[in-house]
Amino acid sequence: MKFADEFRDPQKASVLIANIEDALKRVPMPEGRPLHIMEVCGGHTHSIFRYGLQKMVPREIEFVHGPGCPVCVLPMGRVDDCITIAKIEGVIFTTFGDAMRVPGSKGSLLQAKSEGADVRLVYSPLDALALAEKLPDREVVFFALGFETTMPSTAITILEAKRRRVTNFSIICQHITIIPTLKALLDDPDAMIDGFVGPGHVSMVIGNRGYDFIPRDHGKPFVVSGFEPLDMLQSVLMVLTQMAEGRATVENQYARIVPEEGNGEARRAMAEVYEDRKTTEWRGLGIIDASGVKLRSAYRAYDAELKFNLQQAHVPDPDICQCGDVVRGIIKPTDCAAYGTMCTPKSPLGALMVSSEGACSAYYQYGATGLNDPREKIVS
Amino acid sequence: MSKGADTIKPRETKLQGDRVTMAHGAGGQSMQDLIDDVFLSAFGNDSLSSLSDSARVETGGGSIAFTSDSFVIDPIFFPGGDIGKLAVCGTVNDLAVSGAQPLALSFSVIIEEGFLVSDLRQIAVSARVAADLAGIKIVTGDTKVVSRGDADGIFINTAGIGLFSDGLGLGPTNIQAGDAIVVSNGMGEHGAAIMVARGDLGLETDLISDCRPLGNLCGYLTKNYPGLRAMRDATRGGVAAVLNEFAVASSKAFFIDEASLPLKPEVRGVSELLGLDPLYLANEGLFVAVIDPAQADAVVADLRKIPGGESAAIIGTVRSDPPGILVMNALLGGQRLVEMPDGEQLPRIC
Repeated sequence: MKFADEFRDPQKASVLIANIEDALKRVPMPEGRPLHIMEVCGGHTHSIFRYGLQKMVPREIEFVHGPGCPVCVLPMGRVDDCITIAKIEGVIFTTFGDAMRVPGSKGSLLQAKSEGADVRLVYSPLDALALAEKLPDREVVFFALGFETTMPSTAITILEAKRRRVTNFSIICQHITIIPTLKALLDDPDAMIDGFVGPGHVSMVIGNRGYDFIPRDHGKPFVVSGFEPLDMLQSVLMVLTQMAEGRATVENQYARIVPEEGNGEARRAMAEVYEDRKTTEWRGLGIIDASGVKLRSAYRAYDAELKFNLQQAHVPDPDICQCGDVVRGIIKPTDCAAYGTMCTPKSPLGALMVSSEGACSAYYQYGATGLNDPREKIVS
Repeated sequence: MSKGADTIKPRETKLQGDRVTMAHGAGGQSMQDLIDDVFLSAFGNDSLSSLSDSARVETGGGSIAFTSDSFVIDPIFFPGGDIGKLAVCGTVNDLAVSGAQPLALSFSVIIEEGFLVSDLRQIAVSARVAADLAGIKIVTGDTKVVSRGDADGIFINTAGIGLFSDGLGLGPTNIQAGDAIVVSNGMGEHGAAIMVARGDLGLETDLISDCRPLGNLCGYLTKNYPGLRAMRDATRGGVAAVLNEFAVASSKAFFIDEASLPLKPEVRGVSELLGLDPLYLANEGLFVAVIDPAQADAVVADLRKIPGGESAAIIGTVRSDPPGILVMNALLGGQRLVEMPDGEQLPRIC
């Protein structure tokens, strides 16, 4: 078995850190705050916490954890939709594991399961389709959640379902797209983001051209990055180097995986199966135009919302939530009035407290030990 | 507007929700909350409240160790064992890590209507083989059969008694700053083997469960190493759960080094693939020991000579501050908190 150990070499990491410190000296700094680098993807957030990267980089650099964790931005109303369908007699509700714990307004799928709903964990939508073929008397519904990373596998499953004429299979389509959301974030005049570490797996599908507006219209460097710690440190260095040299462009640190044009076959399957929804709701960020997809009418037989005549539930985020401001780098989690009192990992109000990778949840876990700031050294 | 540490409430520890969910059985924070709120509040007494692996019952003549465990597993037969072997090992290991000499075991089954007698026979034989290996006899038991659908194949409960050696007071309250943290073998092999055995991943590996009785290994340590402070077998919730429990019970900080964790390549592979942390994966033949640092190297060298201890390693150090937490010194020099697991480990999608 081959591992990514070459991308976790401590010696190479310290060389990169030295280069980062060096480049930082030449970067014009924003006034009165650290340099904000947003890592867009939840997988990057995971690496930052897993490898302690925030504590390795100089204090003048702060990671702002972006909206790219599909579980964090799943609105409560959508969880309620899932539970409504999961509780219909005869339905087997299938989902990826980490969606099971996300709370809606009336609990999570895990709780619905304890109340008798047949909720099952699958690793791929094709597993859900196979289940439907195995149990023709049941209605199998798959919760299709995620960015462009998981979108192609759902599309291929729908095409397969049609080819095999499976009629007892459908999906709740909660696929969302990252670019409109980045656009919405950057169009906000209050946003305080200086540069981006861009999503690796999403870009593997969609390619890199969609990000061109970020340096062109907003003057921010954007470096598509891998997920290993050395990948991320190198991407930070590439962002800083652009800033130091006074330029902004889309660069690809993850060229070993991400082709410039993405994956044509995946994009074709997606174009065949999906069309844009007019608007999609994001937990913490509100409603964003054309930021999600639904099945085209040729595939409506596989749309669980139509099949079960679902009236989409809308549950607004509580007024007190400031997740949107955290995501835009305007405030820190600890600045939110609900943080740590009304909003905790056990009973989260806001998106960023929901997943253990959400920024607020991560801060809280350090806060609970009296170490408020994840940057603080625990023991030197 | 800015909030300081003074406004942060301690973590809630009480039971939430009005129904039992799978998370309440997963060996983490939710399960502790359930035990605290429901059982300790109803049964609370000195022996139970310490929540150690075995209760200490005074007889006048000496102390008896008493423990019980129930076993439900999917699949019932897995690489490296089956539910029968698991049911014996689980209970004798709770006795062994408490520092007790196993004396006798009960074996009670709840069987679903329609279960194959040949499978039952095989389960009984593996239980017998494991009991022989552990040097304990199965002396009592019970059999119930329930209607199809009222149980999932077979559930087993075992209870065990053992004898505490005189003067041996193992437990997390003995732990001191400077102590070494040792694991008795490679981590996460049971959890990873079970996940592969369920067949959903379409993987084939050589992984087998580490399910085995720990009496030999634990007995050797208790006999030869007076610097031994505490031992616990790292079952559900994995090594992370045990170290968090020790950190809280001893009011010390536990620091572990990522580079020193003994992990088979297959365990790493399955973990990376699913986005799981091997620190949280279940073990059924591994214990964590905290020991006087002067004796730690010798303990590891000795464990490695005993079957089931081949990959024993020192994985970290106990410090005095900050109390009650587990910290990982990450591979690249960063540090991160390793929390008490909460609920089942669920694969990540992003």
